Amino acid sequence: MPIKSYLAHPYDGKKDDLVIALSQISKCDVIPAENNDVLIIVTETDTLKEDEQLKETIEAIDSLKLLAMVSGFDTPKNN
Amino acid sequence: MQNTLSNSVLSSRRDFLKKMAAAAAMTAAATMFPGIIFAAEQEKNIPNAANLDWKKGPCRFCGVGCGILVGVENGKAVAVKGDPNSSVNKGLLCVKGYHQTMCIQAKDRLTHALVKKNGTYVKTPINEALDLVASKMKETIESHGKDAVAMYTSGQSTIPEGYIASKLMKGAIGTNNLDCNARLCMASAVTGFLTTFGADEPMGCYEDIDHADYFITWGNNMAEMHPVLFSRMLEQKSRRGAKIIDFATRTTRSSTASDRSILFEPQTDLAVANAICYEIVNNGWVDKYFVENHCNFSKGLTNIGYGLEDNFSFTDKPEKIDFAAYKEFLEDYTPEKVAKYSRVSVKDIKYLAAIYGDPNKKVVSYWCMGMNQHTRGTWINNLVYNIHLLTGKISKPGNGPFSLTGQPSACGTAREVGTFTHKLPKGVVTNEENRKLAAKIWKVPVERIPSKPTYHATEMFRAVDRGDIKFIWTQATNPLVSLPKTSRYRPAMQKDSCFVVVSDVFPTPTSDVADVILPASWHIEKSGLYGNSERRTQYWDKMVEGPGETTPDAWMFIEVARRMGYGDLFPYSKENHVEEIFNEYRQFHEGAKHGMAPLEVLKKESGAIWPYVDGKSTQWRFNEEFDPACKKGSGFDFYGKPDGRAVIWQRPYEPAPEVPDKEYPFWLDTGRVIEHWHTGSMTRRIPVLNQAMPHAYVEFHPDDAKALEIRNGELIKVTSRRGSCVLPASINERGLPTKGQVFVPFFDENMMINDVTLDAFCPISKEPDFKKCAVKVEKA
Repeated sequence: MPIKSYLAHPYDGKKDDLVIALSQISKCDVIPAENNDVLIIVTETDTLKEDEQLKETIEAIDSLKLLAMVSGFDTPKNN
Repeated sequence: MQNTLSNSVLSSRRDFLKKMAAAAAMTAAATMFPGIIFAAEQEKNIPNAANLDWKKGPCRFCGVGCGILVGVENGKAVAVKGDPNSSVNKGLLCVKGYHQTMCIQAKDRLTHALVKKNGTYVKTPINEALDLVASKMKETIESHGKDAVAMYTSGQSTIPEGYIASKLMKGAIGTNNLDCNARLCMASAVTGFLTTFGADEPMGCYEDIDHADYFITWGNNMAEMHPVLFSRMLEQKSRRGAKIIDFATRTTRSSTASDRSILFEPQTDLAVANAICYEIVNNGWVDKYFVENHCNFSKGLTNIGYGLEDNFSFTDKPEKIDFAAYKEFLEDYTPEKVAKYSRVSVKDIKYLAAIYGDPNKKVVSYWCMGMNQHTRGTWINNLVYNIHLLTGKISKPGNGPFSLTGQPSACGTAREVGTFTHKLPKGVVTNEENRKLAAKIWKVPVERIPSKPTYHATEMFRAVDRGDIKFIWTQATNPLVSLPKTSRYRPAMQKDSCFVVVSDVFPTPTSDVADVILPASWHIEKSGLYGNSERRTQYWDKMVEGPGETTPDAWMFIEVARRMGYGDLFPYSKENHVEEIFNEYRQFHEGAKHGMAPLEVLKKESGAIWPYVDGKSTQWRFNEEFDPACKKGSGFDFYGKPDGRAVIWQRPYEPAPEVPDKEYPFWLDTGRVIEHWHTGSMTRRIPVLNQAMPHAYVEFHPDDAKALEIRNGELIKVTSRRGSCVLPASINERGLPTKGQVFVPFFDENMMINDVTLDAFCPISKEPDFKKCAVKVEKA
């Protein structure tokens, strides 16, 4: 069950749009910075395939300029 | 049942990993955007936020002195946030600041005294341990004389702790065997200030950031070391178009955030500074009125040595010169000549000089360890002052040289209280008037305070090695990780000839060699005062109880002093000793030049800057417009000097004592990272920070790595003539050293890079150079 964190950089003036778009995606937590144009994204998915799909979904958001992964963990599936 | 338990464990493990992932991202963001705030996340885990009691104080870590608010619930510190009322940080904090209280509950916290008996540490009641410390100290003095005992304290000691240490050693016992770890980080700044201005500490304040057009950082990675100040600079960059110029030997996060990065060959900053002065003088950019009315010119001795021998001694012999002689001296430092060995282009030297020389631009120079940890540290401090004095860009809002400190009270305690061998709370031991004042306030005979300094930090540990010091007490410091050439000083401290007492909060490699370990209270478990880089004194009240028998260091010193028979000199009460000590100490600084704010003001406000005169902080010293201590009509008055004139020093370039050669072909530079504070004894116990930076590494330039066929993460042995250290290689990651140079951070006690470094020091300041020695590298 992959858990990953990213720094997401919006296009100029698009931070709020990016927050709204990310908030609508499940398995994706968003933590916006108060005083800078950057957001933290933490994703938690069940499989590597689902993780890849989620990343593609995020990368397709119009207001996203750059997505940079910071850390990744894999935890055993909950039986 | 078993399945439910497993599910619960897995679920909590996933929650933990999610928090770790978020924290790692916050740490990464903080290195890119110093001072970044994630308020929602930081407040998410605060229980019943409405019921928290928020208590104010200064941050425990660096010398910036950010104001913090600690949220306390049911006697426990559960949250930290930036103090919005603090003019230092205006509510911002760095990643270390936010997480600082997490170390208090570390599982291996020292909660009781430990006494070594037959090679094993035995838990001992604190009173019994203090009895032993006092009797050992007394016995050593009786058998070997008072100069056989020593105390080594810290820029993290509070003002009352430093004051009591000084009073005990110099006033009660009568020895100058007191020095501190601030010798390792800003002693060159002190001697720079004293030789140029006759008075220590910066003349300006952080408000300079709001006025300057240019920030020039000299060997100073502020994005990682002073992130909140760097964040304020970045804000001015984006708001007003202020420019940041990074002048360094390594490309860092500060370089990439700057408008321009200029790299120089180690040690040649001396030559470049003189070349900048050459340009200022020869292009007619000198502020003639300022120089003629407020400056003198002097030169000192040259070829002054490097302190590599035990008992090294040096005294400078200043000699007045005139402007013509100074101008002639600068002929050796034309940009063309200097470019040949500094690796800084003629164009870049002229670019830097033109910034300083433009009368319409305001410039602040910032520096910290790069200039101070330098075998010519005093000289390079003098040379940067020269630039500001020649152009009159000093003591004005947005114009000035500003040396930053690395510890929270390097200024307040080490420099102002004076926990150095040569210092007294006011002035120096060699000055009879200063000794008389100390004797009067301390109520001791003046003859008891010796007039000769003894051991500075490096020499103190050499004396332990030689067997001259037979008792040493260290407090709030970890010398066996932070000293240079620990390969000599660790075995020295293990010798039976010296009884070692260590007061600390956590076990360290230094406490590992102690005969007695005393459990110290952490920052917020006691009341105290710190003094930051901008002369700001900050007070805090005790916020939470410490565990077990943890005790404030000042109180442990007092208890030992009483047991040694000096009770009449230490009449303080346990409940109010911090207040009583500060009120006694303030007497030393009475007057317009260094008056300190009364405690009632410090309790109310987020600090006050000295000189505190008529209820007001003095933000810019030596300028009549802002500083009431200046002579009326003087305009500028450098009143630390008898004639009110600052000194422009003729100081040459001289090479480092050890330079790369065939056998040891690389420069070794050491330093810090944003996640860890100094030797890591606190931050390595904060899981978020430790996970973000779990171990040290050796940084290579990619061309060097390629030539040596070294891959990222591969274990590399770094060896000097003194020792070696094995670390994983880091290529194109955090920082980028110049070709022919490697960089290693020193926070990791498991990868002891200071076994490799050289204990050469500036002969004037006695501050070691951790930035330059020669090493070879090979695959481990």
